[in-house]
Amino acid sequence: MVTTALDTRRARHIAEQVPDPELPMLTLADLGVLRDVVLTEDGTVVASLTPTYSGCPAMAEMRADVAARLRDAGYTRVEIRTVLHPPWTSDWITPAGRRKLAEHGIAPPGPAPRGGPVPLVLSPTRHAVTCPRCGSPDTEETSRFAATSCKSLWRCRTCREPFEYVKEI
Amino acid sequence: MSDDHVYMTLAEGHEDDTRWAYGTGFEDPLHGVDTTVPEGVDAGELADVCVALADDALVSAQRLAEWTTRAPELEEEVALANIGLDLLGQARLLYSRAGQVDGTGRGEDAYAYFRDADDFRNVRLAELPNGDFAFSTVRLLVLSSWRLAQFAHLVAHPDPVLSAIAAKGVKELTYHRQYAAEWVVRLGDGTAESHRRTRKALEQVAAYFGELFTAYDVRDEVAAVLCQVTGAAGLPMPVYRPLPGAGRAGDHTEHLAPLLAELQSVARAHPEATW
Repeated sequence: MVTTALDTRRARHIAEQVPDPELPMLTLADLGVLRDVVLTEDGTVVASLTPTYSGCPAMAEMRADVAARLRDAGYTRVEIRTVLHPPWTSDWITPAGRRKLAEHGIAPPGPAPRGGPVPLVLSPTRHAVTCPRCGSPDTEETSRFAATSCKSLWRCRTCREPFEYVKEI
Repeated sequence: MSDDHVYMTLAEGHEDDTRWAYGTGFEDPLHGVDTTVPEGVDAGELADVCVALADDALVSAQRLAEWTTRAPELEEEVALANIGLDLLGQARLLYSRAGQVDGTGRGEDAYAYFRDADDFRNVRLAELPNGDFAFSTVRLLVLSSWRLAQFAHLVAHPDPVLSAIAAKGVKELTYHRQYAAEWVVRLGDGTAESHRRTRKALEQVAAYFGELFTAYDVRDEVAAVLCQVTGAAGLPMPVYRPLPGAGRAGDHTEHLAPLLAELQSVARAHPEATW
């Protein structure tokens, strides 16, 4: 079987459109967990995914969803690979992904820390998170952890609404 | 998929059997990762390191999960459960790596569910009962600082899989340590009662320091963090004492076996179950 660049693009496009199971307004491409899609010489689609967090329970679901979508599109040989390195960072959420998060009331992450382990800081840090509903910068964190590993809980002091924030990691 | 009835949706056959967190046929979390052991790496030693770090994480995750429905506030319950979930994820990856390299080909379930207390290699600090919230947060501070320091070193490990697991874990553990440190400061610098309890917790935890600093040279790094936190919390720096025996050699307190009995009960009652 001869594969063409067009076939690869089609397979990639299909995999890219799979929604995230926990943030369904985002595709796996928006979230940055779909690292690569290639079509090999023998017609196997190899899709590479990386987990957001080690314990992310959605990972198995993502693998199954990508494989099912590709098979539904006629690719009989599908292989899903897990890529652990480099580890996922919230910086990989695309501009489109960030816009969609904000549209759904979830504040997108700021830039992730770089260059190895972050030292422990105990003094209160003023973290500028903008309310995704009213745009006010006057917000406060209510919990570092929320309904999924990747988010924290915040509230807006201006419009009084609670909201979620995707943590930078 | 029909969503007319929740049960029907749940019972619907799932092609890859990957949907559920327990049951044989559960997908290997290292699925599709290159499993070759690099030249010059002793596979037995690598497996031992993975199992020890996985056991610390699994036992800690089980203790953290016990706070669910019992934490002082909903936010703390969610935080502790999330931290436990991260550790459980690290344990799964490490057990899977151990099974690939120790020559047995065992899956993660074999390590988590079908070994007895004597075979576990976690440090004893991880298995002690939760006590009050002060004890749990002080212990979390010590264990997360210790684990973070070890993982930061393991990023340079010649095994690329262990290195990648560590690199991922460093990011997660940074959040765990931050959470625990803020609580220890809040409690130590809080009321007379919270200060008294946190001080007592620190003494109880310090009695188990002895076995933390045998592998990897991370004692100074952990001590620096504890010094920073106790200083901000108005607490005395705990005294290091040697401790006979080692969890890493299979020596455990009487608290590990009941913890495992609960953790392993379903898997052992239905060893071949799939659902």
